[in-house]
Amino acid sequence: MTTIGITPTNPVEPFLRTDRMPHIWCPGCGIGTSVNSFARALTEANMDLKNVAIVSGIGCTGRVAGYMKLDSFHTTHGRAIPFATGLKLANPKLNVVVYSGDGDLFAIGGNHLIHAARRNVDIKVVCVNNLIYAMTGGQTAPTTPGDVVTSTNPYGTYDPSFNLPYLVEAAGAVYVARWTAFHVRQLARAMEEMFTKKGFSFIEVLSPCPTLYQRRNKMGDGLDTMKFYKEKSRIKNGAPTNEVALSKSGEIIVGKFVDRERADYRDLMHDQLEEVLGDQYVEAEACECSI
Amino acid sequence: MAKGSVEIVVERCKACGFCVEFCPTHVLALSSAFNAKGYHTPYMVHPEKCSGCDLCGMYCPDLAIFGYKQPASPKERRGCRATAAGRSRR
Repeated sequence: MTTIGITPTNPVEPFLRTDRMPHIWCPGCGIGTSVNSFARALTEANMDLKNVAIVSGIGCTGRVAGYMKLDSFHTTHGRAIPFATGLKLANPKLNVVVYSGDGDLFAIGGNHLIHAARRNVDIKVVCVNNLIYAMTGGQTAPTTPGDVVTSTNPYGTYDPSFNLPYLVEAAGAVYVARWTAFHVRQLARAMEEMFTKKGFSFIEVLSPCPTLYQRRNKMGDGLDTMKFYKEKSRIKNGAPTNEVALSKSGEIIVGKFVDRERADYRDLMHDQLEEVLGDQYVEAEACECSI
Repeated sequence: MAKGSVEIVVERCKACGFCVEFCPTHVLALSSAFNAKGYHTPYMVHPEKCSGCDLCGMYCPDLAIFGYKQPASPKERRGCRATAAGRSRR
């Protein structure tokens, strides 16, 4: 009789630097859940982990690069996308994932993001959106919806916020989706699909911030927010992105909004240089890397 | 007979309650015991109901819990059940 292995192991354990656990994220924060889905997506997509690199900026979500057992880099604030662009262009075989927060990607790094989307650089961007600058103490972020209390707007915010899928689609991304920390299976599937796309792919993950956003606005803890996501979210695949803006307590439209094809930056560069230089042009893959 | 079981790394848990809330068969509950950081970690209050679907594992933000299907043989099934609840694992 054959014996089945009876010591089960956590399926996400091989992707984690367990010596750094427990991580710094607050109880009820959704970043860990999104990392969990990301690890499962890597398994499902049968990725060769030697060819996956993860780049993070600064912030709560910026810590992801430190906790994943992949080639990772924790860049300066807002510069995750420039670093990832360089990484991808220098080593086209790599699957480069930028895993960062809304403050890092859309506030200080907003310009980099729209230009990477415009050029259609083949990088995958996962943006964990907790609607606030969490690590620095709960200041108003460009994604903070109207009429919420933050540490810099104690009488409520009034400035209009970014609609992230709309912005990224307009800038030229080929894949745009939004899920919440509640939709774990859909999120894992979207991340798996993201790896099959060539070009600038973007997934927004709505996440609770129980310590700063929910507590100041008397919206309960992380679990209450997950129940809120369950109740308020509606799946609308292919919804026009100009209709998916978030509000404080309104409906949350989730789903895959954009899935299209466009020539990516490397292909365009290749075509142009080959046409102009002819035989003098040497492909980057043809160069032997000594490292 | 339970179809599955869960394994919990107690010291990694922060007691957010996601696994307790979203378990489709309501297997888990937060215990009254503390871990080293002072959180009330979950335990299997109805181990016989567990289907081993691993939804608790998918929701866990601390990557501390996971579910698994029980092996086929009854002998091994007994072995896993005895060690599953609340055990710390490195």
